[in-house]
Order: sequence, then C-alpha cells, then structure tokens
Amino acid sequence: MSAAYHSHTAVTLAASSTSEHRPLIITLFAVFVAATLGITVWAGRQTHSASDFYAGGRQFTAFQNGLAVSGDYMSAASFLGIAGAIALFGYDGFLYSIGFLVAWLVALLLVAEPLRNSGRYTMGDVLAYRMRQRPVRTAAGISTIIVSIFYLLAQMAGAGALVTLLLGISSDSGKILIVALVGVLMIVYVTIGGMKGTTWVQMVKAVLLIAGALLMTLMVLWKFDFNVSDLLGTAAEKSGHGSAFLEPGLKYGATGTSKLDFLSLGLALVLGTAGLPHILIRFYTVPTAKAARKSVNWAIGIIGAFYLMTIALGFGAAALIGPKNIAAPGNTAAPQLAEYLGGTGTTGGAVMLAVISAVAFATILAVVAGLTLASSSSFAHDIYANVIRKGQATEKEEMKAARWSTVFIGAAAIVLGVFARDMNVAGLVALAFAVAASANLPTILYSLFWKRFTTQGALWSIYGGLASSVILVVFSPVVSGNEKSSMFKGVDFSWFPLENPGLISIPLGFLLGWIGSLLSKEEPDKGKYAELEVKSLTGIGAH
Amino acid sequence: MATEAPPPEGSKDNHPAQPTTEAFLAEQSSAEFGELRRSYRSFAFPLTVAFVLWYLLYVLLSNYAGGFMGTKVFSNINVAFVFGLAQFLTTFLIAWFYSRHANAKLDPKAEAIKDRMEADA
Repeated sequence: MSAAYHSHTAVTLAASSTSEHRPLIITLFAVFVAATLGITVWAGRQTHSASDFYAGGRQFTAFQNGLAVSGDYMSAASFLGIAGAIALFGYDGFLYSIGFLVAWLVALLLVAEPLRNSGRYTMGDVLAYRMRQRPVRTAAGISTIIVSIFYLLAQMAGAGALVTLLLGISSDSGKILIVALVGVLMIVYVTIGGMKGTTWVQMVKAVLLIAGALLMTLMVLWKFDFNVSDLLGTAAEKSGHGSAFLEPGLKYGATGTSKLDFLSLGLALVLGTAGLPHILIRFYTVPTAKAARKSVNWAIGIIGAFYLMTIALGFGAAALIGPKNIAAPGNTAAPQLAEYLGGTGTTGGAVMLAVISAVAFATILAVVAGLTLASSSSFAHDIYANVIRKGQATEKEEMKAARWSTVFIGAAAIVLGVFARDMNVAGLVALAFAVAASANLPTILYSLFWKRFTTQGALWSIYGGLASSVILVVFSPVVSGNEKSSMFKGVDFSWFPLENPGLISIPLGFLLGWIGSLLSKEEPDKGKYAELEVKSLTGIGAH
Repeated sequence: MATEAPPPEGSKDNHPAQPTTEAFLAEQSSAEFGELRRSYRSFAFPLTVAFVLWYLLYVLLSNYAGGFMGTKVFSNINVAFVFGLAQFLTTFLIAWFYSRHANAKLDPKAEAIKDRMEADA
C-alpha cells in the first residue's frame, strides 16, 4: 500500500519537474544515438571477414579491450540496479558490487587466457573442442542464447524504468515503446557494426559511465564534506531502519530461507562472470593471451573503481532522497539522485537528470549490443555453420546467418522485455549469472583442466545446469506468487522458495559433468585433449 | 587506430601454424610442458580456492554473524564495511600477484614451447 503510494509520488515529482525540460532530455538521447550510429556505420565499412565481424579483427589493444569489457559488463544492473538495491535495502545491496567484482578473478586466473588461446569466435569453440562437435555445439549455442536473453531482460527492464522517470510516462505503452526502440537499435548496431562497432560503442559508454558516476560521487561526498561516515549515518537515519541499514540482513536476514537466498545469490555472482558468453567473446578481440590478461586487469581496475562509487550513489540516494521516495524496485534511484544533486525543480536538476539518464541509456544500449552479438555469433557459428551445415558453410553464408539471427533475437528480446519491465534489474541479472555458472562454467573448467571429461559429461552438465536453473526460476517467487515483484501477478505456481537458483543448480551442473563423464561408455579423445591443453597454455596455433 | 587496417584475406587468423596431433601428444607429456603446467596450476588453483573461501567467509558472516558484522569500528563504519572493502583490496592484490607470476614465470616458458613447435610444424 504505502510502497504504491510513494512510488506514485516519486514518479509524479520527477515528471512535473522534467516535463518542461523534455526537449533537452530527448536531444541528449538523440545525440548519443546519432554518435553511436555514426561509429557503427564507420565500423561496418571496416568489417570484411568473419574475424572482423565476430572478433573485431583481433586488433584491439589491451587497454581498449579492458575499457570495452568494462562497458560490456557494467550493465543497467550495475548502475540502476545496485544503486537502487543499496538505496532501498542498505548494506545487502552492496553484496552485488562485491560479488560482481570478485568474480573477475575466476575469469583472470582460470578462463580468459586459455579461452583466447584455444577458441576462435564463440564460447562453443572451447566447449566443443575435445568433444563430438554437433551435440556439444548445439548445447553451447542454446545455453549462450538463454543466458543472453535473461541478461537482455534486465536491460529492457532498466530501459522501462528510465522512460517512466524521464518522460513521466508510467503507462505501459510508453515502456513498450522504449523497449522496442532499444531492440531496434541493438539490431542495427550489431548487423551493421559487428564486433568492431559494438566494441567502440562499449568503450564510449564505459568512459561516459565512469565520468557520470564520478561526478555524482563527488557531488554526494561534497554534500557531506567528504565524510563517508556522515553519509552512512544520514542514510541510516533517513531509512527509518537505523544502524540496521548499514548491516547485512535487511533484505535477506529475515528468515532461514532468505538467508539461503543470500548465499545462493553470492555463489551465482562469484561464479557467473566467467561463464557469460558476451564477456568471453571479448577476449577474442585482442591479438594474444597476454593481451587478454592485461585487458582483464584493466577491467578489474575500472570496474572496481565503479563499484566503490556505488557506495556513494546508493547510500547517497538513501541519505538525500530517502528510501520512502524511491519507487520499488529501486531502478530509478540513480537518476533521482542526479536530479536532486543538480537542484530538484531547477534547470540544473533537469540537466543532471538528463545527462545521467543519457548515461544510463548508453549503458543499456552498449550491453544490449554485446549480448545480441554473443547470441547471434553463437547461433551462426556454433549452430548454423557447424551443426546445420556441418562446417561446410562459407564465411559469407555464416555472416549472413549471424545478421539474420540478430534480427530474430532482437525481436524475441523486445517481446520478453515487455514482461520484465517491472523487476529490479540487479535481481534479473543475478539470474543470468546463476544460469551461466550452472550451465557454462563447469564445462569450461572441465574441458580445460580435466582429462577424463567426455561428450556425455559436457552434455549432462550444460543441459542439466541449464534446465535446473531455468526450471527453479520458473517455479520461484521471481515468476509468480509475489504480488509486488513477480513477473506474472495474480497467479501463484511457485514451489521453489529461493529467488536465485544458484545454490542448487551450480553444484548440480558440476556434479552432472563429473558423473556423466564417469558413466560414459565413450573414452575421452586423448589427442584432442593434448591439442587443447598445449594450445591453451602456450598459444600455439591460436587464431 | 588499432582497428584501421583489417587483416588481409588469408591472413594468420585463418591459417595459424597447426602442428599434428602426434606433436601435441608428445609435447603434452614432455618435461618442459609439464613444468609449465605445474607452474601454472600450482599457482592458479590454490589461489582460486583461497579467494573463493575468503569470499564465502564474507557471505556466511554477513548471513549468520550479523552481530559481529554490525560491530562499530569507528563512528558509522562497521565490521561489515571493512570486510566489504577488504574484498575489493584483495581482488586488486590477487590480480596484480597473478599477473606478476604470469609475466615472470609462465610467459617465457609458454613462448619457448610455442616457438619450438611452430618451427617444427
């Protein structure tokens, strides 16, 4: 009741002060869209071969790729979702920042370099390397597309939240319109610009996001004379929860079940990153494994700095606006804070709101482009070229398939995005992490490091991890049974109590890969494993 | 700009040197490769276990030791915050530590094997 009332107030407040500045907001959005389309067309002219389309010609420097990796990774979930989760639930929202960062060590230590050395265009290249190609490529393609679609949903929900706040449209048609616009733009970016265009868009976005977050962080800290303790104290006071706001447990500490949910989320966050296809394919854009390592180091620095700033953004929103004035599920906290910092109701406020919203919009578009590229690459390279055409497709045919699948995936994302428009984007992204950690990570690690791993093990692990995580989500409170936050309201077919399935599905994915291999009648291919192991550690024969 | 020049058709990307499967099998069981593998695994695996446990400790303490995590360290900064920031710090340190090891110990070994195999292929 009260949440609904407050959410209405927040939206109306923002709308009344922004309606007169709407032209400014729309102009900034248009400038960004025009600039990125320009980049895309330019990149499209440089895109001739499949290696250009899938891997940006492998000529990006480690720093450029580090920036692009950061731009690919820091999604609407990082910016809108975490700021909102901290603003509403205090310390518990901060877990996202920590998990999202620590996860990069798995990518750095175990995955980035071997993947760069042994794969060519997709995650499936590495998953299927030692295995019978067709079944494992199919599984890798399906898993890539499902993980990417979960992730896409989150970005679409973020776009919906932005338009509500900016244009004062809380109507469904407005949200659907912006979701469709994002979908169309992502199709254009990827079909025309390929990996080169996507990479440049992600680099520009990373710079904008860091600059925007830094500006807001400095403004928040300035309000508190750069005294972080004061900021936290005010946030706690304004929250109405007192010091509990600064301690773990506000969102997840209520019951034994919600504590398990926290553990599940924590596990999914830390193990998910290294299984996200749109992140993994970024390592193919640099010339060597050493450059891949360096780009991860750049990314860890950039992403780490950004997540430290989420403390100021989230607690700043709580302290200066107050959780009661931020609509659940919190996706609008960061733009609302921007408006406040510029001066609510003044031109300064409108400018800040417009600038930060344009940054958030850029964030969404860059991530959406990366996700679309990952799924269409996987469809074209893994499923079309290697399964349907059995490796006989020409480079031209493969790229054509990639462009067409982009259109279909874009359309699917628009339709699904419409259903996800009222969910917290950080929570949605955490589901993508859980699916990636359950279905992809076990097979990546077993393939690279375990000589007894077999095709059957890979299939059990991918399909088992995928099915268990998706089924548990479908029957969780995320989809039904919670009137406030479920995807479908008014129905309840949930029986799995946790919102994040990772606690069950991740160990299951690892277990199935192990059992599937041990029970396999087929012997592992020793020659192929020798190839993969030597290649992955030395880079001999790397594309 | 790094992306200005697309690699020409038939570039290395399409035709990297490919030793035979026999050469890979021989290499895999060679002492030199065994040394590279040991040097990589004995560093990366224990470090991975360590940071995952350190992170899980943080998650479990947040869950089941709320009183301890809520202890004030100074003014409004509590143990939970110090713990969270420590996770950031250790992440940066581990990334640096691994990269130093890889640059000094792994890259020269990998490079030597790669050069030798490419010359033979």
